[in-house]
Amino acid sequence: MTSLECYLLLSALLFSIGLAGALTRRNAIIVLIGIELMLNAANLNFIAFWRYSEHPEALTGVLFVIFSIAVAAAEAAVGLALIIAVYRHYKTTHLDQVDSMKG
Amino acid sequence: MTVVFAIIALVTLGGAIAAMRLRNLVHCALCLVVAFGGLAAVFLQLDAQFVGLAQILVYIGAVAILIVFAILLTRGSEPPMQPVLTPSWVMGVGVAVLVFGSLAAAMLSSFVTHALTNPKADVAADVAVQRVGEKLMKDYVLPLEVVALLLTAALIGAVIIAVQEKRK
Repeated sequence: MTSLECYLLLSALLFSIGLAGALTRRNAIIVLIGIELMLNAANLNFIAFWRYSEHPEALTGVLFVIFSIAVAAAEAAVGLALIIAVYRHYKTTHLDQVDSMKG
Repeated sequence: MTVVFAIIALVTLGGAIAAMRLRNLVHCALCLVVAFGGLAAVFLQLDAQFVGLAQILVYIGAVAILIVFAILLTRGSEPPMQPVLTPSWVMGVGVAVLVFGSLAAAMLSSFVTHALTNPKADVAADVAVQRVGEKLMKDYVLPLEVVALLLTAALIGAVIIAVQEKRK
């Protein structure tokens, strides 16, 4: 059986990849994808700790992840709507060019 | 570490790296689907059937498609790819490596992860999904309703934000 550390390392790697993408890429959609990857890495941690915990029958980690997925879906919907609104305004999704607060 | 886990982990990480590195945005979205699918497989391997299937439904079925739609709606705005080794790229990757290093050091030195080496034997498959439903309807019914309200508000908000502005 795989040990808990392997899952945690996989989750940490996924989080770091998402963070690197969100920090280095300049396209707003790719930044959003990076944030989604980081959220998923956190979900993996919840599930791994739940599975290896003393009382898995309490299902705490599973239920937390279900709510977290729902919140992430709402975040993705609003985030992409914002990106489309910004695109309509500036005709670009390049983050460096979206730098003014004036309309 | 089992062979199955190693394969799934490699596929997931490869998909994630490709999603962050590829130039073509549609390819990025498709690689993101691979990463999400690999994560769903990890969830299923950890006996979390409901979460694994919800991951496939929500992320591959909804979020990835939503991202593809956003990419196609904002087509033709892709910035020219800057040369790879810019200072901001080095800074971003450096911060990510630092974060990974501190996370890995913390979990490798922690006594908790060493104490929890073997999972509890049987979280029977069908019972687990049934128990999730029972918990959602009994103990967690208030958070469930709040999440329903949040999703409604988020979807209405997304429509209002994205809807075409009226010409004045």
